[in-house]
Amino acid sequence: MEIGLTHYLVLGAVLFGLGLFAMISRRNAILVLMGIELILNAANINLVAFARYNGLGVDGQVISIFVIILAVAEAAIALGIVLNLYNNFATVDIDEANTMKD
Amino acid sequence: MIEFKLLGIGILSWMTFLPVLGMIVLLFMPRSAEKYIKYVAVGFTALLVVLAAVMLSVYDPSKAGVNTLSGFQFVEKLTWIDIPAYLWDGRIKIEYFLGVDGISFPMVLLTALISFIGAIVSFSIKRNEKGYYVMYLFLVTGMMGAFVALDFFLFFVFWEIMLLPMYFLIGIWGGERREYAAIKFFLYTFFGSAFILLVMIGLYFSSKDPETGLHTFNMITLMDPRTIPADSLLGALNVTWRLIAFVSLFIGFAIKVPAFPFHTWLPDAHVEAPTAISVILAGVLLKMGTYGMLRISWSIFPDGARYFMVPIAIIAAINVIYGALCAMAQKDFKKLIAYSSISHMGYVMLGMASLTTIGINGAIFQMFNHGTITAVLFTSVGVIYDRAHTRGLNDFGGLANKMPKYFAVLMVAFFASIGLPGLSAFISETFVFLGGFKNEFIRTVAIISTLGIILNAAYILWTIQRLFFGTLPEKWNELTDINPRELISTVPLLIIVIALGIFPSYMLNLMTTSVNTLVNFIWGIN
Amino acid sequence: MEFALQKLPLVVLLIPMFSFLVLAFFGNKLPRGGDWLATTLLFLNLALSGFILFVFGMTGRYELNLEWFNLGNNSFFGMQKFFAGFQIDALTAVMLVVVNAISSFVHLFSVKYMEGDAKYKKYFSYLGLFTFSMLGLVLTNNILLMYVFWELVGLCSYLLIGFWYENKAPQEAAKKAFIVNRVGDVGFFLGISVLFLTIGSLTFSDIFAGVEAGKLAGGTLTAAGILLFCGAVGKSAQFPLHVWLPDAMEGPTPVSALIHAATMVAAGVYLVARIFVILSADALTVITFIGVITAFISATIALTQNDIKKVLAYSTISQLGYMIMAIGVGAYSFGFFHLVTHAFFKACLFLTAGSVIYGMHHVQDIREMGGLRKKMPITFYTFLMATLAISGVPLTSGFLSKDAILASTLAFADINGGITILVPILAFGVAGLTAFYMFRLLIITFLGEPKNKEKYEHCHESPVQMTLPLILLAVLSFFGFFSLNPLSADHGWFLTMVKMPESLLAGTQGAMYHILPLEEFEEHLHHAHGTAMILSLVISGLGILTAYLFYYWEKINADKLAEAIKPLYNFSLNKWYFDELYDKTAVAFTMGISKLSGWIDAKIVDGIVNGSATFTRGISKYSGLFDNIFVDGIVNLTGGLVGAFGLIFRKFQTGKIQTYIAFLVFGIIVLYFVFRVF
Repeated sequence: MEIGLTHYLVLGAVLFGLGLFAMISRRNAILVLMGIELILNAANINLVAFARYNGLGVDGQVISIFVIILAVAEAAIALGIVLNLYNNFATVDIDEANTMKD
Repeated sequence: MIEFKLLGIGILSWMTFLPVLGMIVLLFMPRSAEKYIKYVAVGFTALLVVLAAVMLSVYDPSKAGVNTLSGFQFVEKLTWIDIPAYLWDGRIKIEYFLGVDGISFPMVLLTALISFIGAIVSFSIKRNEKGYYVMYLFLVTGMMGAFVALDFFLFFVFWEIMLLPMYFLIGIWGGERREYAAIKFFLYTFFGSAFILLVMIGLYFSSKDPETGLHTFNMITLMDPRTIPADSLLGALNVTWRLIAFVSLFIGFAIKVPAFPFHTWLPDAHVEAPTAISVILAGVLLKMGTYGMLRISWSIFPDGARYFMVPIAIIAAINVIYGALCAMAQKDFKKLIAYSSISHMGYVMLGMASLTTIGINGAIFQMFNHGTITAVLFTSVGVIYDRAHTRGLNDFGGLANKMPKYFAVLMVAFFASIGLPGLSAFISETFVFLGGFKNEFIRTVAIISTLGIILNAAYILWTIQRLFFGTLPEKWNELTDINPRELISTVPLLIIVIALGIFPSYMLNLMTTSVNTLVNFIWGIN
Repeated sequence: MEFALQKLPLVVLLIPMFSFLVLAFFGNKLPRGGDWLATTLLFLNLALSGFILFVFGMTGRYELNLEWFNLGNNSFFGMQKFFAGFQIDALTAVMLVVVNAISSFVHLFSVKYMEGDAKYKKYFSYLGLFTFSMLGLVLTNNILLMYVFWELVGLCSYLLIGFWYENKAPQEAAKKAFIVNRVGDVGFFLGISVLFLTIGSLTFSDIFAGVEAGKLAGGTLTAAGILLFCGAVGKSAQFPLHVWLPDAMEGPTPVSALIHAATMVAAGVYLVARIFVILSADALTVITFIGVITAFISATIALTQNDIKKVLAYSTISQLGYMIMAIGVGAYSFGFFHLVTHAFFKACLFLTAGSVIYGMHHVQDIREMGGLRKKMPITFYTFLMATLAISGVPLTSGFLSKDAILASTLAFADINGGITILVPILAFGVAGLTAFYMFRLLIITFLGEPKNKEKYEHCHESPVQMTLPLILLAVLSFFGFFSLNPLSADHGWFLTMVKMPESLLAGTQGAMYHILPLEEFEEHLHHAHGTAMILSLVISGLGILTAYLFYYWEKINADKLAEAIKPLYNFSLNKWYFDELYDKTAVAFTMGISKLSGWIDAKIVDGIVNGSATFTRGISKYSGLFDNIFVDGIVNLTGGLVGAFGLIFRKFQTGKIQTYIAFLVFGIIVLYFVFRVF
């Protein structure tokens, strides 16, 4: 069986689905962040796959690198927020951080 | 015409807005300077008197005014509101238009004088002086402005401006039933204003300035028959509407006079108002009504004045006789004087209804004289009330020996009020009656109203008897005679009363030219 | 010189004003309240006015007219000017002397009489003001100005009647005097108005010229005359407005002498004399009858009064009626002559009464007196002189003037016939009554036995300041002062100077009365003269004799007679019930209607205002309710609905981003299927 575009896309979709699920269902901030990472990587897989099979040259790879760098920056800021969250609420449960709600 | 300006502002604007300047000064006075507030207020009103004296010295009595712009003096004319033709029909142009002629000038003098006197009388106010004097000065602006405004809209603005401070002055610094009196005063006059407003708007939309082709509020232009096209709402062809407009205006002004049956706000307002405000109310405010009639009703609707002269004379006669009868029935000194004002304003209306030069001269002169005389009377009521804390005529007696100076002051004022010859009111009342007799349509009414002469004498003499004659009740042994401040606020007025009684020409010369022009205008003679 | 002389009357006018001002403002600082100043000034004034009279006798009438004020020029009404000025003619020149003479005597008299009064200074200043006003009244050449001074003398009269205002009676009397006078003055004022409206000028000379030119004629002229006469009715206390004068006796006695006997009350007569030439026949008829009725009524009242001043007051009214009647019948100069002679002898009578009251320590009731002749000889003899004069006994001034008047009434009846015969009958009757009641007064007061021993013992003759004026006035009551012929004054200086003018309406006729040309009238007068003299002598003599019979010899008991004619007696004693009548009618009516007006004003007129306020508030209450329930209900309903939806939708707003993402995903899936299907 020839490994084609479809396989990569299915992998990306599965990763995306898992990431989405993690983001929606987890209450731990760290896990939510991990979900986000999964979604970003799912996108990366798709980008690289489209670059390889649709003749986009290196554009896909370049954009993936951008995304990876962005993900690093995002993770750094997000972890900082989580750290502050923990400092203020003594927990990383995002449902607890609801003081702006009322 | 002599240009008379200071800092580029005309003297009439100074007269009108000096009190506002005074208000501002008062508002910024620190708490530590509170005891000087009254002196500042007196100072500003004294400046008005000075300005009035300056005006008197340069006033040219040979100029008529009334319906010709060139006859007015100290004129100031600026565009005030100018909204270009836009969404609506035509451009709206309202002018800041001031000027005096022989009809308004005596009133301007009176206003300056009485404001000054009133400020001195106000020294007896002890509660929240700052607020009081601020309101007082605002009131002065309203009065002065209404007498000098020649634009109907501007006139109306000043007319309404007067109401507000008056409401507070009665409602805050008044007697026991002050709130009732203040509200009654306010609503009553406001009710009248509504009628005036209606006519004002009606006139505006009927008018078409022959020069600019715009609607106008300019009273002098409105007097020109060409301004109001014959087929417009208030045009010459719509006789009925013109008469309705006249009646409506008349009601508006009659409430202020006050004419029977719109007079009942007056006794309440007077009784509850503080002394100085009674002085202003009787001295100046009542004249606003009769002045408005002459300046607006009579001048813009001469046909109405001719048509309604008999009913107006009848109302005037009722005022004279009924007012005197009611005065006779009063036991409260202040209320008695209030009713006597109603009676005396009846003379003014009678003179105006006669539509003769002598009658209208008498009416204007009587307006001035009544202003000075009742100012003294109300001040005198204040004098005794401040000391005895009662105004019941039956509580007194024998004051003549206890308070001889007060007796002398009040005797002159009382006899002036019943028209004793040698005192100013005699001349004016005589003129009013001569005017009334001269006009054959109202002759009978005028003859009947001479009964007022007797009735006035009766209640005044009875009042003298109850206050001054007989023996002094024990409880008034502590009363002190009139003090120098009170003398300052009465004696100058009495000197004017006596001087004008002997030399009436000083006042008459100011107004005869204008009155002659006005009468000719009313009868359509040129 | 000419110029200075012309201004002299102004000086005479202003001297008393000066006296008034000085006393009113600086009286406290002057020793004795400045009485010496006032008195000296007045005597100076008397000398000056005597001089004016003398100069007038040589130069004749002159006038000074100044414009007072004007009303500008009007194309319809023309130029309306008012003048002020004075004139010196016979009437004025004589009146100046009379007023100044009596005023100066009264000043002198008052120095003692009023001594010790708390308001001494005020009294003299009032006298100055009065004299000023009275001189102004006689000097002016203008009827409006005359009205001005007319009211001013009224004011002075008010102030002086009510001088002792601590007591009830003077207060009431002063008020009554002023108000009753006002009633007359309104008529006077209306009369002036008629003149102004028809003739257009108020100067006497213009008025006369206007009437002569026919600008004012017929009924209007009669009306004007009667209206002007109304003023005189008030001021000269003529029927029906005579009620104030007797009450005016509450004032100090010298004031009664000055104001309420000699000068002010004569102003009415002076007025009628001034306008005599324009009075129409009908107006003159009215004047005649008013005069004679007044004379008669007051003479009957005087018969029974017991207050010395009241008797004199009624006799004053009666004599004033005489003067008015005299002018009414056309005897202008006699009426005026009587005014002058009466001024002197009546002032004398009042001042002697004052002297008696002073001597008796303020007793006025003649029933307490008696026998005073011995105690007060000077007072008695001066009183006797004046009484003889007023009774019309020969050799007195009163005889001259009264006799002339009576002769004129006879002539009047002779000319007109018919009912006018009543005039001489009543006039002669009054002459008899006058003689009777004056002698009754004299006898009861001065002769006989003292009734009140204690008062009598303390009684004393008055000091010289008081007796001197009495003597002077008594001397002036002799005939010699007015005419050298004791039986007729026709050729005396007075009647040569004050000549009867020809009426401007001579030859006209009213309903009852002709105005004859002067010559014809004098013809009739001449015929009546002898008859009148004899008749009047007999009647006066009878009057005096009866008085002696009743009160001196007591041949007839007056009390018994009074008892016998009780109703008549009471009628007279109670002054014909005029006061009661006026109290019950005019006064009660006015007070009633005033109370009613006060009530109407407070309850009905103001009630309507307050009612409309209540009504408006009632309406506003219901409209408030309507607003709350209905209008606001709709608004609240809208709000409520929105709120309810909000309650539902807020459930979705958890604030949790995970929930939103879940909805997002769910939404996308739904949308996917939606787009797939459609």
